[in-house]
Amino acid sequence: MGAYLIRRLGTMVPVLVVVSVVVFSIIHLTPGDPVAIMLREDADPAAAAALRKVLGLDRPLPIQYLTWVGRAARGELGRSIRTNQPVAEAILERLPVTLSLAGASTLLALAVALPAGILSAVRRNSVADVTGTLAALSGISMPNFWLATLLIFLFSVRLGWLPPLGYVSPAKDFWAGLRSLILPSITLGTAMAAVVMRMTRSSLLEVLQLDFVRTARAKGLGGAVVLLRHALRNALIPVVTVVGLQAGALLGGAIITETIFALPGVGRLLVDAIFQRDFPIVQGVVLLLAVNFLLVNLLVDIAYGYLDPRIRYG
Amino acid sequence: MAIEAAPRSLPSPVGASPRTRTAGVVTRLLRGHLAKVGTGAVLALILAAIFAPQFAPHDPTEQHLEDMVRPPDREHLLGSDELGRDILSRLVYGARVSLAVGVLSVGISLLIGVSLGLVAGYRGGWLDEVIMRLMDGLLAFPALVLALAITAALGPSLGNAMIAIGIVGIPGFARLVRGQVLSIRALEFVEAARAAGLSDRRIILRHVAPNVLAPIIVHASLRIAFAVLTEASLSFLGLGAQPPTPSWGSMLNAGREYLEMAPWLSVAPGAAIFITTLSFNFLGDGLRDALDPRLKF
Repeated sequence: MGAYLIRRLGTMVPVLVVVSVVVFSIIHLTPGDPVAIMLREDADPAAAAALRKVLGLDRPLPIQYLTWVGRAARGELGRSIRTNQPVAEAILERLPVTLSLAGASTLLALAVALPAGILSAVRRNSVADVTGTLAALSGISMPNFWLATLLIFLFSVRLGWLPPLGYVSPAKDFWAGLRSLILPSITLGTAMAAVVMRMTRSSLLEVLQLDFVRTARAKGLGGAVVLLRHALRNALIPVVTVVGLQAGALLGGAIITETIFALPGVGRLLVDAIFQRDFPIVQGVVLLLAVNFLLVNLLVDIAYGYLDPRIRYG
Repeated sequence: MAIEAAPRSLPSPVGASPRTRTAGVVTRLLRGHLAKVGTGAVLALILAAIFAPQFAPHDPTEQHLEDMVRPPDREHLLGSDELGRDILSRLVYGARVSLAVGVLSVGISLLIGVSLGLVAGYRGGWLDEVIMRLMDGLLAFPALVLALAITAALGPSLGNAMIAIGIVGIPGFARLVRGQVLSIRALEFVEAARAAGLSDRRIILRHVAPNVLAPIIVHASLRIAFAVLTEASLSFLGLGAQPPTPSWGSMLNAGREYLEMAPWLSVAPGAAIFITTLSFNFLGDGLRDALDPRLKF
């Protein structure tokens, strides 16, 4: 397992280099002078020169990159040019909101998708299977901002059951916090549930046709035992990978969900920063989201290697 | 059986003539119910986009402040928006925006991604390493985050959103094609082409590329669904199409403010995005089954 882990970590190095170059380039891809864009056209030349110096834009490009990477590796992501708050601090303040939203959405998605996928596979071609497949295809195609709008209209505007906007920390008031997360979690978790459900169904269908399942049945084991102890354990391996891959979609979706429901998370911070042309914040958040996505996939790969010995010794 | 002219290069092992193959694929595609629905809806959408001036009952940008936020009636079949513009007309013209972004951005991804995948897979070695590590780096970003980052850098506009969505799609095509080329490269007909002294360029374009076409077509149709959805997301956030361009995402965003008094402002554009994305997904799934049943999951 150790060798597998080292090999897997080694593959992350070039990826991290590309990620850092892309994030660093955000400010340099800007058509024209990024400082003039950040400070608007009527900026004082002295202020522009000062900002250029603070951002290091007055130095040669390779030096700028190396300095930026060196600082980013130490967690120094610069300061917001609007509020002067350190970028890392601004992100850390908002991270719990995004993590609680992502966590709640994942739990909700798995709670719906796994039983639905199993049911679809076990009752293949039944009404439940066709309904589940159609629901999954709809879930994948549903724009999350439209789903959010419909949910707000139904549960907040018409029925008045749940708050349409805002965030309450579950640590401060658990029930109010939970209520504020229900609609955003459904919004964010639907697409993930759809993908996980389809994967569970197809993976389980494949495993149910394998010889070892037939052997287990031939030994006289009951249907539930064969399904839960033999088939499902093997069928869930690719599902773990899909859940990891969906983490990226979840982070992207969180940006929209937080904007619609006015949740003060990292995604909302990114959108606000884009409109305020606060490039240090944009770079910091994009870097964090990419590294986060890489780490989730690393954890999934480790779990995968743990579950399937062929991978770690391959 | 007609006698064909002698080929100018070695034949690829694809079998039947292109026309027969296409007819076979279309027949298999239209056998599935969902694929039929998807194909029909996509065709309707293309027609609506092309003949938008004929289909739209009003000018999509013309404002009638006396008709602000009117519910659906005979004059405005889907109602009017906050500036008195006809929603149905804006939806029809919005189809142009969505389809243009879908096709052009996937075109960018396809052109660059397929070229990189062909070169990486066929040449191998350090070039393959460099290209694929670059692609891995781009894949490390969640798709919408990368699209947002590029749009943030280039500035909010429909053209920039298109470029951003196109760039995001490159690694998917490159990886797909590289994988296919790796398996084809070792086959006998490529060996034969090499032995016949054909140049690498000719082998890639005439013999390898046609054999990776099926998965590319399937991937492209599914990517159009993604592109339509991402453009709508960017426009919804205010980073894609700018006013007064009728884009479904920005229409939905504007309608949200009137959700309590005029829900139809949000329902219509959302339904248009949903139906379009779903149709392309149905079509993509159908094409996958029709072109290569082994790819089905």
